[in-house]
Amino acid sequence: MFPRIPHWLILVLVLLVTGLSATIYKVTKLGFPVTPDEQSEAWTVQARVQIRAAGGPVKVNLQLPGNTPGFNRLNETFVSREFGLTLENRRHGREAEWARRRTRGTHNLYHRATWFRSPGDAVLTIRPQYPQVPDLPEPFATAASALVDDVREHSADIASYTAEMLRRLNSNDPSQEIRLFLTSPEYGNDRTATAQLLLAGARIPSVQLSGIRLNKLDQRAPLVQWLAIHNEQRWLFFDPMTAEQILPDDFLLWSIGTGPLAQATGAELTDTQITIQRNRLSSLELATQRATEKNSRLVEFSPLGLPLHTQNLYQMLLMIPLGALMIVILRNLVGIRSFGTFMPVLIALAFRETRLLAGIILFLVVVGIGLLLRFYLERLRLLLVPRLAAVLTIVVILLIGVGVVSYQLNIEVGLSVALFPMVIIAMVIERMSISWEERGPRDAMIEGAGSLAMAILAFLVMEQMFLRHLMLVFPELLLVVLGITIMIGRYTGYRLSELGRFRHLERPQPDSAD
Amino acid sequence: MSLFSLYRQLSKHGVLGLNARNGDYIMRCNSRRLYPFVDDKILCKQRLTDAGINVPDLLGVIATQHDAAHLLGKLHDQGEFVIKPANGSGGDGILVITSRRNQRWITASGTVIDLDTMAHYVSNILTGMYSLAGHPDRAMIETLVHFDPVFTNLTSQGVPDIRVIVYHGYPVMAMTRLPTRQSDGKANLHQGAVGAGIDIGSGCTVNAVMQNANVDEHPDTGAKLTGFQIPNWETLLALSAKCYDAVPLGYLGVDIVLDRDLGPLVLELNARPGLNIQIANGAGLKPRLRAIDQRFKADHSTTDPAQRVASAKMLNEQCWRI
Repeated sequence: MFPRIPHWLILVLVLLVTGLSATIYKVTKLGFPVTPDEQSEAWTVQARVQIRAAGGPVKVNLQLPGNTPGFNRLNETFVSREFGLTLENRRHGREAEWARRRTRGTHNLYHRATWFRSPGDAVLTIRPQYPQVPDLPEPFATAASALVDDVREHSADIASYTAEMLRRLNSNDPSQEIRLFLTSPEYGNDRTATAQLLLAGARIPSVQLSGIRLNKLDQRAPLVQWLAIHNEQRWLFFDPMTAEQILPDDFLLWSIGTGPLAQATGAELTDTQITIQRNRLSSLELATQRATEKNSRLVEFSPLGLPLHTQNLYQMLLMIPLGALMIVILRNLVGIRSFGTFMPVLIALAFRETRLLAGIILFLVVVGIGLLLRFYLERLRLLLVPRLAAVLTIVVILLIGVGVVSYQLNIEVGLSVALFPMVIIAMVIERMSISWEERGPRDAMIEGAGSLAMAILAFLVMEQMFLRHLMLVFPELLLVVLGITIMIGRYTGYRLSELGRFRHLERPQPDSAD
Repeated sequence: MSLFSLYRQLSKHGVLGLNARNGDYIMRCNSRRLYPFVDDKILCKQRLTDAGINVPDLLGVIATQHDAAHLLGKLHDQGEFVIKPANGSGGDGILVITSRRNQRWITASGTVIDLDTMAHYVSNILTGMYSLAGHPDRAMIETLVHFDPVFTNLTSQGVPDIRVIVYHGYPVMAMTRLPTRQSDGKANLHQGAVGAGIDIGSGCTVNAVMQNANVDEHPDTGAKLTGFQIPNWETLLALSAKCYDAVPLGYLGVDIVLDRDLGPLVLELNARPGLNIQIANGAGLKPRLRAIDQRFKADHSTTDPAQRVASAKMLNEQCWRI
């Protein structure tokens, strides 16, 4: 029925899909940065409530942002010396209550929180309440119903109805009905409330939002009124002053409803002040925080959950499979020959310490001198293991010599020389000298150069800041690396080098094999 | 020519690449269990002898340093022999002694070797210098092959041999490897030996290459390289097919030498035979392997060697068309 899919292909697909989908989830849902040094804007918002107490029991209530479409809170602190603090979740938000049995004088109470943009759309999650048609006294009832009917005539749906109503309320030349409402002492002092009243006439659920504009970095940020209406699917946001359907991307919703920001009993509320400070945070830090808040295990069980100093080690570990993949590509797709399978990766790791140019020079010098001495050792007719040990000792002496000489010459090589993989270098020398004797210097040189070229390429890949960041932040990409490796393992086509090697095959007389 | 069209061209010719050889043939057809019987030349020789296949005589095996002194002492009066590491690869570590003069041996390339040098050489083999993984190894001493004089004009130094690729017991492609001065007497194409493709049906050379380029004449002797009839071709084919019964590796390389007196002898078997044979023949292996797969899938290895040789020749006549 279906063409048989080979087992390995299924495995590769599973690996690729798992690795990539975890990565995509982390980028889009948790906001992990794809590039290193990515920064995100964050705002530290401080609310200060100042009271003057007379001596009796004091209770201070402060509305706190709870439902913040488009923003997430990173951390929150309260500064309220000697006051007891309780936090309450209300239907439309949160409220802090500071209380003290007996106090006198001026007190400052602070709430401080850092906010950052949340990935995804700004959605308000409160449930809409369908209002009753308000029971208004005459002449307001007649004016309201006339307005509702007229606006309904001029609109198509709930959104356009709201826009039309707000436009009329804000018009320079308002109609008689509007003027009646706006000039009345009961309904006219709060335009947003008037709008809500008129919307309720059409049974449209609406809430009044109070918030601050984060990009207006005032010493004293004003509370801005906004209007949200529900169109039976989701909340839509309107600027009650311009009738525009918009939610500014710097609008941090503070509280829902018409209640005051702060209230005090037993004391005089002398000032309420909100100040905004903008700062930049590393996106990675933000994403980690965010994931922790979401209880995502992806971060807890990743190298990012490790202490910083171990992270460096793991970052290097995470790059090794990429270096190995590079070798796989160079050997199985390109067809470069080298000494030892993963020797170039180890050399590349050593280059990390010495930097590239110094590393290459060091490699060439040590292998070159080592080869000369190895040819001399050949004449002594040593047995294999002692000979290898002798070569290893020579390599160590050479490395120490290079370290000391370069220090005397004021060249900063320092410790890095000591980290050069001596055993590997010794093996390279041994293999190269055997290859030299058996197959001639040309072959030995080709393989030696191949090894060095592979090491350089592996190093360049492993040193890519971008790749290092990717592997550390998205270790699940190792599954993708594994998948690609398996895929190449099943590649039975020609290697690049074979195209040259079999090039002459086309020349002979009409091929009898065809 | 663009790389892509070159790729298509090779594909069209059915050239077998390293990846395909390893993944599609060696891994599928060659059981790892059998590798020791080809990688260890002593075990291999044992198996071949047991199957009644002619091989160069084994003069002795050196397994320890103590053996070395003992055996080399016995070789004192031997002027002709070959010392090989049992687990060597690609012809590495083979020492050919052709004569003895003034208490010293002379190698094929003319180097003079005394007992001391010889002992060091053998101990190098024993410590595993030439074995793939560096494991301790054994050295084997074989009689020297005197190649058939018909090859005299086609070779300089060394011993020419014939490589046959045997697929599931069917000989599918063959070439003769002729040492040159450049290859230092070694029958290794990679080192500059001439490779001449042989028509499976007739045993005549059809095409010759050296260092990946077509050649018509031997670079040292000037002899014509194509149209040369390999003597004893039938025996040689049968011998190669028979090797599959001794060591049933599905994708097998058989190296044969033609001895002046003893006829075709199997030198060694190879579980990972190289791909240069395609260049020597100017033809890809894939069509031939596929033809065997298609035609004889059912009775792989069920027929006797002679039958398989006949089938291969029949397919060759049909130009390996499926």
